[in-house]
Amino acid sequence: MSTIEHAADLPAWAALAVSFFLVIGAGLTLIGTIGFVRLPTFYERIHAPTLGTSWGTGGIVMASMIFFTVLSTRLVVHEILIGIFVTVTTPVTLMLLARATLHRDRVEGNPGVPGEAPAETGEGDGAAAGAD
Amino acid sequence: MSQMILSWSMMFAQVCLVVAMALAALRMSRGPRAQDRVLALDTLYVNSMLLLMVFGIRTGKVIYFEASLVIGMLGFVATVALAKFLMRGEVIE
Repeated sequence: MSTIEHAADLPAWAALAVSFFLVIGAGLTLIGTIGFVRLPTFYERIHAPTLGTSWGTGGIVMASMIFFTVLSTRLVVHEILIGIFVTVTTPVTLMLLARATLHRDRVEGNPGVPGEAPAETGEGDGAAAGAD
Repeated sequence: MSQMILSWSMMFAQVCLVVAMALAALRMSRGPRAQDRVLALDTLYVNSMLLLMVFGIRTGKVIYFEASLVIGMLGFVATVALAKFLMRGEVIE
């Protein structure tokens, strides 16, 4: 196991902090993906990978920020772009996907799916209004 | 000592992310319906983005950050287009 050459002058506290956030982020991403494989229905499965997009991305972005900031002795925060982008886009994609799945299940008449919303009062509460 | 901890944690993170990508690919190959495959593709995108960021920390180059940013944007657009396709049967109406 070779050490990392360009990080030779990284102080110990920064190395420990980077290691902590890396392990947290990657471990939570792995746990989320295991849940994505193991959970039984789609509506339960759609929750699991968000572990990787919230704390998985957050941990690795924070590790990268600490690493490059300490190593280059100036503030390096451009990784936070990825964090903001993933945080903003994940709810949008998963909401679209869940509504498409709900639409497909209703059209096919699968059991265990909430029925149509009683009245089209608003567009925003469509997903929550179907549950009884 | 701290260098060794850093090196081992990077190895651990890479192994975790590769195993996560393999699990997402497994779900994409055997997922019972189309929406499972779309969600597995989204998970695969996010995991590969994180893997590239860890690789960027390991090599100390900024080019991997840009690659992971591009992967994140492409993943968002791809998942939105596929969800739209599942909902309507066509992407552009």
